[in-house]
Amino acid sequence: MRQFFSILMLAVAGAASVTGTVQAADKASTVQVSIFNYKFDAETVTVPVGTTVTWTNKDEIPHTVASSDQGFPASPGLDTGDTYSYTFTKPGTYSYYCTLHPFMKGKVVVTPAIPAGD
Amino acid sequence: MDKIHDEKLKDSERRKLLTCLAWAGGGLLWTMKGGVLQAKTLDGLAAPADADFSFIQISDTHVGFHQEANPDVLATLQSAIAHVNGLGRAPAFAIHTGDVSHLSKPEQFDAAQQALKGIKTDNWFFTPGEHDTIGDNGAEFFKRFGGGVNGKGWYSFDYRGMHCICLVNVLNFQNGALVALGDEQLEWVEDDLERVSSSTPILVFAHIPLWTVYEPWGWGTSDAPRLYSYLRRFGSVTVLNGHIHQIQQKIEGNMTFYTARGTAYPQPQPGAAPSPGPLKVPAGQLGSYLGIREVTHVNIKGPLAVTDTSLAI
Ligand SMILES: [Cu+2]
Repeated sequence: MRQFFSILMLAVAGAASVTGTVQAADKASTVQVSIFNYKFDAETVTVPVGTTVTWTNKDEIPHTVASSDQGFPASPGLDTGDTYSYTFTKPGTYSYYCTLHPFMKGKVVVTPAIPAGD
Repeated sequence: MDKIHDEKLKDSERRKLLTCLAWAGGGLLWTMKGGVLQAKTLDGLAAPADADFSFIQISDTHVGFHQEANPDVLATLQSAIAHVNGLGRAPAFAIHTGDVSHLSKPEQFDAAQQALKGIKTDNWFFTPGEHDTIGDNGAEFFKRFGGGVNGKGWYSFDYRGMHCICLVNVLNFQNGALVALGDEQLEWVEDDLERVSSSTPILVFAHIPLWTVYEPWGWGTSDAPRLYSYLRRFGSVTVLNGHIHQIQQKIEGNMTFYTARGTAYPQPQPGAAPSPGPLKVPAGQLGSYLGIREVTHVNIKGPLAVTDTSLAI
């Protein structure tokens, strides 16, 4: 299942390069978000376009990562130790939550590509 | 006792009834804190000898969970089944108030189903928990445990003069909000109850509490007040839930709400920990945090008597 999602991600990233975000995608940076004690940590992450965000469930209870407005595909149920990754290819603010515990909220703020040398 | 089984109970009479229930429970201790009634010391209780029938509530089996709080949930489920089969009477039916599985995986549902067949009863009624509907809106769950009205899981049935309603409150999660039953289901309840006379005892069950136990942890149902509006005219309404893996009780007018222990692992009391994550207790004590519930029906117009039994030896 996770493999399926990785393939899907690559496809999305590929489509993005065609529309001109090659530079950011090439940087291929990754940001980690822990899920612990029924919280997304950090609750808000700000990343340049093309960044892959990887969530890791460190709780004993499953959680999910689901966009509040279908801004990106939802994760499957993440058991303890499971991860889910998504590469953000368009600037914007992506609110998400856990569908099992909707009081768990998070946000990914995707900024336009950083100018070279920054 | 007969007098207080009248349909319209005054508050003072209801308190008397509680005392009576406490006594009938043989050591059931009621405490009131912040308007919430809590029952403790519930072991080894026998159902009243003159009961018409009894049924079993089993909840939160979480088959597939394998963490420190309980490394062997199938073993504790088997222990719960042995408790049920060891009760004095065979239950008329059994209800499972959800979180049958931990991750909605077919093999977890199958293992749970196989184990639950060990309970000596002919009739099973299931409602899903949010752990049973991950990723597929409950398709695998409903395939095995019944899809109810339009495959959406809710349904009603009658048993010896009692009207029972199974509701589903795990399919309407939205960012930051308490879960909802939803308009379609509530309209169905309204229609369903139209043909039921006010003197009929009503049993309602669903996974997540149908009263707000603790909002910061999502322990409530946002549109439950609309449900109450349909239930208010009935003399006796008993509401059974799971989800929070502990006993909590509340009385509101004609409605009595109970949450049940699970058979898998305990959770902290509302707000008593940074999160509602599994409560780790010494292995020897785990059984006293897990349990099953027997509900007996004594008088056709009276309330149901609820007896919780822990799995402690
Ligand atoms: Cu969660």
